[in-house]
Amino acid sequence: MSFKILVPVKRVIDYAAKIRVRPDKLGVETNNVKMSINPFDEIAVEEAVRLKENTIADSVVAVSIGPKESLETIRGSLAMGADAGIHVSASADMQPLGIAKILKKLVEQEKPKLVILGKQAIDDDSNQTAQMLAGLLNWPQATFASKVVVDKASDKVTVTREIDGGLETLEMKLPAIISCDLRLNEPRYAKLQNIMKAKKIVVPTKTPEELGVDVSSKLKIVSVEEPAKRVGGSKVQSVDEVVANLKKHAII
Amino acid sequence: MMISRILQKNSINRLTINTINSIKQSSSSSYHTTSKDEVVSMSNIKRNDEFSTLTNQDIKHFKDILGGDDSSRMITDKDELEGFNQDWMKKYKGNSSLVLKPKTTDQVSKILSYCNQKKLAIVPQGGNTGLVGGSVPLFDEIILSLTNMNQIESFDDVTGVVTCQSGCVLETLESYLNAKGFTVPLDLGAKGSCHIGGNAATNAGGIRLLRYGSMHSNVLGIEAVLADGTIMDCNSTLRKDNTGYDLKHLFIGSEGTLGVITKISIITPPKPTSVNVALLACNDFNQIKQILIKAKKQLGDILSAFEFMDRPCIDYVLDHQSTAKEPFDKKSPFYVLIETSGFHEQHDAEKLNAFLENIMSEDLVLDGSLATDTKNISQFWKLRETITESLGKAGAVYKYDLSLPIDTFYSIVEVMREKLKDKAVVTGFGHVGDGNLHLNISTPKQKYSKEFLSNIEPFVYEYTSQQKGSISAEHGIGYMKTGQLHFSKSPASIQLMKLIKNSMDPNVL
Repeated sequence: MSFKILVPVKRVIDYAAKIRVRPDKLGVETNNVKMSINPFDEIAVEEAVRLKENTIADSVVAVSIGPKESLETIRGSLAMGADAGIHVSASADMQPLGIAKILKKLVEQEKPKLVILGKQAIDDDSNQTAQMLAGLLNWPQATFASKVVVDKASDKVTVTREIDGGLETLEMKLPAIISCDLRLNEPRYAKLQNIMKAKKIVVPTKTPEELGVDVSSKLKIVSVEEPAKRVGGSKVQSVDEVVANLKKHAII
Repeated sequence: MMISRILQKNSINRLTINTINSIKQSSSSSYHTTSKDEVVSMSNIKRNDEFSTLTNQDIKHFKDILGGDDSSRMITDKDELEGFNQDWMKKYKGNSSLVLKPKTTDQVSKILSYCNQKKLAIVPQGGNTGLVGGSVPLFDEIILSLTNMNQIESFDDVTGVVTCQSGCVLETLESYLNAKGFTVPLDLGAKGSCHIGGNAATNAGGIRLLRYGSMHSNVLGIEAVLADGTIMDCNSTLRKDNTGYDLKHLFIGSEGTLGVITKISIITPPKPTSVNVALLACNDFNQIKQILIKAKKQLGDILSAFEFMDRPCIDYVLDHQSTAKEPFDKKSPFYVLIETSGFHEQHDAEKLNAFLENIMSEDLVLDGSLATDTKNISQFWKLRETITESLGKAGAVYKYDLSLPIDTFYSIVEVMREKLKDKAVVTGFGHVGDGNLHLNISTPKQKYSKEFLSNIEPFVYEYTSQQKGSISAEHGIGYMKTGQLHFSKSPASIQLMKLIKNSMDPNVL
């Protein structure tokens, strides 16, 4: 059976762009703001492509769920070395559960041995999709991976995870889910030739309805606000004043 | 404002004006370069004793003008004076015992008027990031620092015109404008420290000149104080004003020799929302020329930067920058960085992709990559922007900033390489889109040596002169190149400059 890796990638606001809350306070401004591939997803693509280059995997399929602009994110992944792409047309504000359900359907169709995702998207910081997908599929999962070693012969993968106390190493039987953390690898620059080649690859667009998935949102965003503006401090003249101020602001 | 020095007795060819107050733009360097050069000895010039020496009475007078003598207004402490007396390359050092930090144009006027009367020499200083020793004293000139004059006064979001005091740090001005959706039409490595007034005084160039033009194009008005204290208000926010001689242009690029700029109005463009950077690897300079022609034609209005560097530059960066990585599988002799900036992501991407396909199909590149997200964009730019710092870390560097015709642009590098052989590493990089080459000759692990310098000068200047190029494309003259002005300007021009200088500053402050 061919060793396929599925890599979901998300189009998010570029990490360096200035974020502004929309006037209706239900989200952030995305009009005319620079968008890029989610940095953790880029790391996931890089890891998958490396596994292919090390002749462990046979093919890498990038999938993105979102509006038509998500196709750009898929093309970027193809330029990095993914072989094929799938676009699922959906609104830009999908929730992790909906994404996980769609991915489950795609997994059933594509039959990958590994699904490698970024640990979280930098726009919502949910950190849920990988875990939910594992639950829906009843597959083993290793999140916050900082090292991935596949043993093709014994059909296992060993993952080192970054956890609060340090590093944890897990061994899982394939197929499995892995979510990537920052230190897993450094993504390559997509080469011009590959960027050009990627443009010629046909990427099919599917819909959630075709896949038979109900993506209605179970969550409602009540409000989005900017963090409170930093109020300037004030200088005091003596230690007594410091103490008095601390007491006044109920810190001590 | 300027100290006139007779550099060589009986020399009629050399310019006798020594521009001290030039805040030169640092072409592409971070602030913390430490050059291992020794301090250039000023022994070949002597202090002109027609200038007075500072007395306690003078200091008291300044205290009255500034309203106090605490260190936020005046500096007399020896240790604190160090930073002001030395340029950031640590190549030039003066011996001033007083720094004045006025807050208003009026104070500047009173200070200059007094100095003019008492014949006290002055050097205006901005961010002190210049590369030609123009912003530090030669001897004991009073340092007039514009640091306290950093107020942004007004901004018109219809015209994009911003008015601010000359001591505004470029980066601060940029942040202010960014918040309003605009950007300074000027960008250079020293942005964290240089002052906008200094940028104007030195007609700073930078990486965006290709797109927005020079300071001459973007400055609409200047308020300056002349040597005798007269306040020249040429400050206008009007885009078009043909009433009389356009005096503000005299100050732009004057390197502080004709007046102290106190206020400036600049027209600023809206900040582009879609930025892409392509990094290309080329085999020879001819390919770069072809790519430049195509870039101008095919990228046209979205082209915002076109820089090049040769292989040795990348090697230095890889050696001295821990976060830099080899961009492509194979090493190539040349690299080109092309930046596009626009307002419509899709439109820009289409243009850029078509351009890249075109140059690839004509075999003009060995390899290349396109960065569309900020992380990769800044990594590509780092390869270009950290060259100066990396060179500085390796040892003594002899820097030349030349404007050359595009046909012979790179040949000076090859000629110098042939001439110096393995005594030095010759590198070339810079704003090839503007015809501006930064020739940097590095002697790794060695100190600055006058002997070695003689292998390079005056040959480089003579060569440039023959090509009818400029011996200082953007860095200015400062102290470093006063003797070389004749290589790029005719005697008649130099005479006229002297005439203007003498009529505006007869005491040659």
